Amino acid sequence: MSDGLTAPESAQPRRGPAPAAEVPGVGGTHVGTARVKRGMAEMLKGGVIMDVVTADHARIAEDAGAVAVMALERVPADIRVQGGVARMSDPEMIEGIIEAVSIPVMAKARIGHFVEAQVLQELGVDYVDESEVLTPADPHHHIDKWSFTVPFVCGATNLGEALRRIGEGAAMIRSKGEAGTGEVSNAVVHMRTIRGEIARLSALDPSELYSAAKELRAPYELVAEVARLGRLPVVLFTAGGIATPADAALMMQLGADGVFVGSGIFKSGDPARRARAIVEATTMYNHADVLAKVSRGLGEAMVGINASELEPAARFADRGW
Amino acid sequence: MAMPRTDAPRVGVLALQGDVREHVRALLAVGAHAVEVRRASDLDGVDGLVLPGGESTTIGRLLRVFDLLEPLRGAIVDGLPVFGSCAGMILLARDVLDGRPDQPLLGGLDVVVRRNAFGRQVDSFEAELDLAGVAGGPVRAVFIRAPWVEKVGDEVEVLGRVGDRTVAVRQDNVLATAFHPELTGDTRMHELFVDIVESAKPWKKTVEGMGRDR
Repeated sequence: MSDGLTAPESAQPRRGPAPAAEVPGVGGTHVGTARVKRGMAEMLKGGVIMDVVTADHARIAEDAGAVAVMALERVPADIRVQGGVARMSDPEMIEGIIEAVSIPVMAKARIGHFVEAQVLQELGVDYVDESEVLTPADPHHHIDKWSFTVPFVCGATNLGEALRRIGEGAAMIRSKGEAGTGEVSNAVVHMRTIRGEIARLSALDPSELYSAAKELRAPYELVAEVARLGRLPVVLFTAGGIATPADAALMMQLGADGVFVGSGIFKSGDPARRARAIVEATTMYNHADVLAKVSRGLGEAMVGINASELEPAARFADRGW
Repeated sequence: MAMPRTDAPRVGVLALQGDVREHVRALLAVGAHAVEVRRASDLDGVDGLVLPGGESTTIGRLLRVFDLLEPLRGAIVDGLPVFGSCAGMILLARDVLDGRPDQPLLGGLDVVVRRNAFGRQVDSFEAELDLAGVAGGPVRAVFIRAPWVEKVGDEVEVLGRVGDRTVAVRQDNVLATAFHPELTGDTRMHELFVDIVESAKPWKKTVEGMGRDR
């Protein structure tokens, strides 16, 4: 969420070795800058990004008006049912999806698994999701995202977590929600928490931001920037449990810049129709007449899991720190 | 930010999807009124229109679903000044290469545009660009999965290039860039567009409208 008047460049903490990501190209052009990475997410605003596991799914998503697709091995609902270790998808499948559609293709890497991220960058994926839905590869360290040319999106449950990820180089944030449940309450809590914490920061005296940074366990520079802007310095999407057009509009009205839908589409009775309806609801999130129209006759929604009944070990949102 | 003058031009920003907020901010920064356009009725009383960056296939589909395609085509034919960045440039093109076959276009510019011509996101870049009609030194231009202009008609003025690729054009009251001036805080392109809006003949609908002084 650049404010359009200040270059987001200023927000970058610069530490450690010079990042390999910003490569000067031919004729004085530069790839992989923070502005280019964050700018890509700005273009997705007001749109829906859909989880897909096959090229056929990807085509259905593009036909429905998705702004991007997220390639993964299994949708979160299946990961819950089948268990086992969830990893980056097969490169062959990702290439198939890249071939099949003209819209951006994102793909998931495990938390801390920087080699999966290297592979995804090599494949030409447009965004990497360092995702709690997959089995974490490192309990202590997330990926150093500054060292990549490809941009990253990361999940967050609160403002401190969002700012730690941005400090590591994330160019887009999404609420974690509780993926694979079809139950939106966790996404609501995360979005309200992040927005509430931002509002609180904006009301503080500048001299109080140092202590706020300590409490949030986040870099001071980013805390001060959020207090000044009144929002994150990057785009904030929502994810985790969105299953209906009304869910998508709810999250937009709560201040999300856009929506990720995981299992909600391809685990429902009529994926193409539901996908179209969620896209239209995300655009017209403030127009109840349109929401009433697009919510009709969509067939069965995905069978949900009540997220509050999940065992602690089954909660994806608690993965990462 | 100061409120625009009451007689400042009203510029719509197509708000179906994309970086609407950045264009709104840039328009306010150059003293125009900015109005989000989601339905045909939102076009009443606008003096110009911005088509933002975003996914052209998504915006195209939503134009059709929400019955904006024909009203917008008509307004452009009638001379409504329009500025499109990236996806907006694609929508204004006469024809698109590497698009979806069913992708609806608005027209207005006699150009053929190649979609995602500079490559995928890992190839996205920024560069300094000299633009005809924009004084004060080069513009910092951000290209994101950007298109380029492959063919231009006789009526089209080329404003800027990256290497030998055309990335900024103007035809009468229609302006388009393959890059995103709205992302940098440099508002000179928006100034240029608002100048075009102000000097354009009052657009048909506004003349018929009530109580609008120009």
